[in-house]
Order: sequence, then structure tokens, then C-alpha cells
Amino acid sequence: MRTPAPRKILSALFVGACGLSVVLALIPLAFLLFFVLSQGIQALNLDFFLNDPRPVGETGGGMANAIVGTLMLTALAAAMAVPIGVISGVYLSEYRGSRFASAVRFAADTLNGVPSIVVGVFAYAVVVLPLGHFSTLAGGFALGVMMIPIIARTTEELLLLVPNTLREGALALGATRGRAVFTVIVPAALPGIITGVVLALARIAGETAPLLFTSFNNAFFSTSLTQPISSITVQVFTYAISPYEDWHRQAWAGALVLVAIVLICSMAARIAAARVARIRGQ
Amino acid sequence: MRSTDLGFRIGIGVFAAALLLIVVAIGITLAKDSWLSLQRFGFDFWRTSDWDPVAGEFGALPFIWGTLYSSVLALAIATPVALGIAVFISELCPPMLRAPLIFLTELLAAIPSIVYGLWGIFVLVPAVRAVETGLPEGLRALPLFSGPPFGVGMLAAALILAVMVVPFTSAVAREVLKTVPMTQREAAYALGATRFEAIRAAMFYARTGILGAVMLGFGRALGETMAVTMVIGNNPQVSLSLFAPQYTMAAVIANEFTEAANALYLSALIEIGLVLFIITLLVNVMSRGLIWSMARKLPSKVAA
Repeated sequence: MRTPAPRKILSALFVGACGLSVVLALIPLAFLLFFVLSQGIQALNLDFFLNDPRPVGETGGGMANAIVGTLMLTALAAAMAVPIGVISGVYLSEYRGSRFASAVRFAADTLNGVPSIVVGVFAYAVVVLPLGHFSTLAGGFALGVMMIPIIARTTEELLLLVPNTLREGALALGATRGRAVFTVIVPAALPGIITGVVLALARIAGETAPLLFTSFNNAFFSTSLTQPISSITVQVFTYAISPYEDWHRQAWAGALVLVAIVLICSMAARIAAARVARIRGQ
Repeated sequence: MRSTDLGFRIGIGVFAAALLLIVVAIGITLAKDSWLSLQRFGFDFWRTSDWDPVAGEFGALPFIWGTLYSSVLALAIATPVALGIAVFISELCPPMLRAPLIFLTELLAAIPSIVYGLWGIFVLVPAVRAVETGLPEGLRALPLFSGPPFGVGMLAAALILAVMVVPFTSAVAREVLKTVPMTQREAAYALGATRFEAIRAAMFYARTGILGAVMLGFGRALGETMAVTMVIGNNPQVSLSLFAPQYTMAAVIANEFTEAANALYLSALIEIGLVLFIITLLVNVMSRGLIWSMARKLPSKVAA
């Protein structure tokens, strides 16, 4: 028996609608990338990377201080989140059946869903208030809090991919569990973990909300941990909502730098992942 | 268990405990620091809509309204698109296209919120304003389209939120669809189903997980800060109008936190943060629960 025509038409419409929704989602992406690239490239020059911000009306200002600030903030965040995140991930995969592991996993997923602005308020309460002023430390802490759950869950997933025979081999040779984990299992998953850390760093570098009232902003070049510091994202925000044409141009340049960081990191991660998969496959 | 192994477990357990500690600490800290406002205003805080920090009046209704309204609107736009993408990638598209499409949708999630905001201010808002001014006079009488067309406002915020939510919902929905056993689709085809009918059967099978994916997107939309702050207009009012500049919980914290001149003002803002934390927590827990129960369903089905 033939399928009645209306059902076929409906089915074709559905397939068409699904394809259309892909196009619908990619249109904003294309527009966004187009504008960031075309607007950003006009404002991007050597001054942008070498100079600090200049007052309104003076041209040639840049974001050197903000670039250094973002680097420092992400480095601080990584220093805090990588050890805690990776070791928590090890716990989650080694003792995955335990009740405590479930609780930690739940906490990680919860923390992952906490709005970044709320993390900012938390960092304000526990770092800024006791210190009495905005600081690089507070901003790094806020970003670190956001980074921990991402790294913990990525590490867990990657460790679960390590073949059990490796662990059994290590244990059979008389290694303690700790030794087996840190000399055999973690190294086997290391390329993936590093990829995960790089992706987390890229995501964290693009955060603005948790920095607004932790590291705040600074018009001058600073590398102090206890003083406010500028960051690319907060600087882009400040410039974007300002009424000045020249600052808008710089905001676009900053956005281009942020998008470039994200793009380069995710491409690199993809290539690394593909390479690892190929080695595994052989 | 060897004693060194126990030592190892406790040693790394301490690090894992840090995660639990942070979540608990966020709740306690926010509750403690919003105590002043909680005591002073009680539940009235969420029922009144006068926000005048200078006069010491703090009514947070417009913020919770703005947050919920913008998120629901965003979800209404994003859900069909996200599910369409998930179905297309997991069921329909040629295998060759799969990886690039996944990469592109993930890129949509990876672009920083501030970049969306910048694009929103200079590209989306003027476009929205053009559409708003072009709307026929007859429609403008509806409450949904009342008020002057500024460009900035609820519509721009909902649109930008929708774009930002799509990748999250579609990624989870894709994973969920992947867990539907092939036999479900094969059975549908064997009964003479069309493609649509077979996919509908698979989606019905995965309905709890798909609901979880939608909830996850909702959680993201509720907490989104920068992009919304930059396009919603930041005007505390409760309005149905898509054209009206409004305000969200995350946006008011972002804008006013550093200006909070006295303890009560700061405490009121932290209370908004506390409630935002609790709402997103509940939404996320529900979403995880739904996705998890979907994943749990699988082994038993396969075994049977």
C-alpha cells in the first residue's frame, strides 16, 4: 500500500523545518562574526596592543593594561582551579559509585549552572569585603570558582575513557592506588585534560559579569594582585556603553581579540582531540 | 583496603569536598549578607515595584518580572529552533555535515556574552527599532506592542537570549536523542511510518530528557547577564509590552552593585542575587533530574 500523500507532505515539511532551524541559528552567528571581524579589524593596530587607554579625544589609546589584566586573572583562576578541578575529577572517576562522589558531581553541575553574576557577588562578599577594596585576587577567585566544575567534570569524563587494563596492570605490579592513578591513569588521559583546561581558560577569559565588582577596572597599567585591574571584557563593556565613537571602535577591537581567543582555542582543541583519537585508533 | 589507599582517598576527597563547600558557602554567604534587607522588607520586597534607592525604597518585582518574562520569551523562540537543530544533526543530516554543524553550534555557545552585548547594541537594537517603527498602527494598539519604539527593550533582550540559549538546549537534546534505542525508530519504520512519524516516536520516547534540555536552557537564560544588560533598556517596570525597556535581576546587580552607597542598598542587591541563585538552582536540579531519569530508563529497556 502506498503512503497517503498528506503524511508524506507533513514529513517533508518537518524535515525542511529542521533544516531551516539550523540555518536560523547560523544566521546570527554569521552576522556576529562578520561584524566583529569587519568592525574590529579597522580598529585593531599595534597601538591597541602596546598602549594603555587614553582620555577621550586623544587617539592611539589601546588595551595593553587590559590584556595583561586578563592574562593575570585567567592565570590566577587556573592556579586555583586546575589542581582542585583535576583532583576532584580523579575522585569522581575513581570512586564513581560512592555517595560522596554523587554529591560532589551534583555540586559540580550545580555550580556550573550558577549565574556568573552570582559568583561575582559571592567573590565580593568573601574577598573584596575582607580586603576592603577591589583587587586582582578577587577577580581571579571569582573566575577560579567558575572554572573548577568545568575542569572537574571534563577530567572525570576523560579518565573514564582510560582502558581499565592499564589500571589493572599497574595494580598487578604492586602499585598503590595513588601511584596507579598519578603515574599511569592520569598521564594516559593528560592530552585530553590539557585540552579541557585550554577550553575552560578560553571560556573564563570571556567572562565579564564576575569581574565587574571584584577586579573592577583600572585605567592604568597595573600588575598588582591587591589593586583593581583592567580586563579586556570589562574594558569592552565600559567602551560599549560610552557615547564616544573612538571608544566604540576600540570595543569592537577588544571583541575581535576575545572571539579570536575563543576560535583559536576551540580549533586547537578540536585538532588535538582528533589527533588523540587517531593515536588511540591505531 | 590498604591504609595507603585510604589515605589517598581521603587526600583527594578533600579537594573534591571543596566543590561541595563552595556551593554551600555561596548560599550561606548570600543569605548572611542579604539579612538586613530580608529582615527589613520581608516578602514585600518581591511584591512591590518601587525601586528608589535614594529614598530607601526597594521593591524587586520589576526585576523578577523582567527576568522571567525575557527568559520565557527567549525559550519560546529558542526551543523549536534548538529541537530542530538537534533532530537535524542527530537524525537527518549526512554524516559528513555532522561534525562541522556541531562545531558551529558549539561556537555559538563559546562566544562571550559581552560580544553578544556589543553586537546587540550596535547591530541588533537598530534592526529591532526599524522593525518596531515599521509595525502597522493597528497592531500598535495591542498591549504587546504598546509604548514608543526605542529598539532597546524586552524584544531585543529576548532575541539575543534566544540565540544564546539555542546551543545549550540543542546540545542536550542531541545527547538525549542519541540514547533512544535504534529499535524504536526501526519499529516505527517497519509499521510504515514516515520519517516525521518515526522521529516523533523517538522524541516521544525521549520526552523527559527533552524537557530537561529545555529546562537547562531556561536556567541559562535566567542567569544571563551582560548581553541582556546591554540591550534591555534597564528600566524597572512591569510591562507586557515587547517594546518597553525593562530590567532583569542579573542586570540590576551588574549595573548598580558598585554604586550601592549604603548597607541596605547593597543588602537589597545581594538579596536579588540570593533569589537568582535559588531559582537557577531549582531549575537546574529539575533539569538534571529529568535528564538523569531519562538516562536511567535506558538500561532497563535494553535488558527487557
